[in-house]
Amino acid sequence: METQNLGSSPDVRSKNESVKSVDRRNFLRSAGMTTVAGAVFLAGCDKDDDMTPTPTSVDLGSGDVGILNYAYALEQLEAAFYTQVVATPFSGITDAERSMLTDIRDHEIIHRDFLKAALGNNAIAGLEVNFSSIDFTSRASVLGAAKLFEDTGVQAYNGAGNLIKDANYLLIAGKIVSVEARHAAAIRDLLMPNSTSFAGDDIIDAKGLDKAVKPADILAAVKPYVKTTITASNLPTS
Amino acid sequence: MNIFNILSEIEKVDADVHERLEHISRRSMFSTIGKKVSAYALPALLATTIHKAYAATPGAIDVLNYALTLEYLEDEFYKMGNAAANLIPAAEKPIFTQIGKHETAHVAFLLAALGNKAVAKPKFDFTAKGAFADVFTNYKTFAIVSHALEDTGVRAYKGQAGNLMAAEDKPLLEYALQIHSVEARHASVVRRLLNTKGFVPGAKGWITLNQGTPAAVYAADDNLTQGGVNLKGLAGKSDEAISEAFDEPLNKEQVLAIATPFIAA
Repeated sequence: METQNLGSSPDVRSKNESVKSVDRRNFLRSAGMTTVAGAVFLAGCDKDDDMTPTPTSVDLGSGDVGILNYAYALEQLEAAFYTQVVATPFSGITDAERSMLTDIRDHEIIHRDFLKAALGNNAIAGLEVNFSSIDFTSRASVLGAAKLFEDTGVQAYNGAGNLIKDANYLLIAGKIVSVEARHAAAIRDLLMPNSTSFAGDDIIDAKGLDKAVKPADILAAVKPYVKTTITASNLPTS
Repeated sequence: MNIFNILSEIEKVDADVHERLEHISRRSMFSTIGKKVSAYALPALLATTIHKAYAATPGAIDVLNYALTLEYLEDEFYKMGNAAANLIPAAEKPIFTQIGKHETAHVAFLLAALGNKAVAKPKFDFTAKGAFADVFTNYKTFAIVSHALEDTGVRAYKGQAGNLMAAEDKPLLEYALQIHSVEARHASVVRRLLNTKGFVPGAKGWITLNQGTPAAVYAADDNLTQGGVNLKGLAGKSDEAISEAFDEPLNKEQVLAIATPFIAA
């Protein structure tokens, strides 16, 4: 299969989505410019002077838009987390660790901003996060949270794959999930170097399969880290 | 022998006996389970998978056999590497033992899913016709081939996801994704090892631009266009970061070109 182009591919979405999809495609064409120009916002910024009004709840929506919003929500969470990690490094951080965590932060910001642009007017608002349970001065606390977020991200994309209708979106999800898996393995390798943990028996089953988890369970798992209520009742379930 | 020949041969067979094989396999599977539940506990556990795979489209069977061939390659590679004396340092043995365990499990899983439709294992040449002559005596060569096989696996599975979107193939799509992310975990840890061992200084868990050896494995991974939009400059990030944030697929022709040197004539 060749790399496909969202902007020029035949529309394979259902009819009742086709009007929206045209808007989305048009937006996507100009996304490069608009995002670079100024749509870079710090999702989950918890400062009091945050200019972005954050609603108390968001609805992910339905169909592929809902799944993309679901991914966008998780990427917001990850981007906000690593932004904080890099801004306030844990004590004793090494150069190699700082460099690696900065890389991951950038990847998550890119994922977040890309999805926001792809969603255009359908994008949910910026989420308000709650990292009060994470001690950002502690290596163990930070890397433990990072492990949780990365493994959760992998499991979320794996579980969302067969809920996606459009092959182009599936490909994009595939391009992102393997990067999340690379992150997860790297974080696990930092915590337990030269062990089996990077793809440990705690997450990979006897068939050699990573987990695939459906949105309802993922959202329940990340709920302690998000203040904004996320409604996922309209997401596809099969 | 090449992968395409294997697949087309199997397809010919399938076209003739597809229905019959399916029927017989199901009947014998069920009778086996009925008679000897305890003795065949493992096959019974896999029965759901088998059933689902047999409900899959012919296109999905092709994808699974393509995946199986790559998993055969990886599995045998780690079996030989892990068995080779004085190759992998004791400190790093857990990494490659774990990877090998997963590849063996992937082969078993795909064999069980495919049943009688599974392709046979080819004969491999891990020196790739001499390009990696010391692959099982030189740790650096072994690690480089390892990361190349893992990154190829990631890109190959990704390239097939879109071929598993038929309603009856949906369970297989999920399984394929679950293998895909495991291959990515493998690739990440071996790539990090390349850096810490000084084999490829600066190597990261992720692929930067199209950097890497052999070049064909990393071709076009420097793509910055996603969803039809060039992301250059997105969020003020570098081309390197943007390319790292997205792993690119490889199609069957590209994977075949990479794998052919590893398949003995």
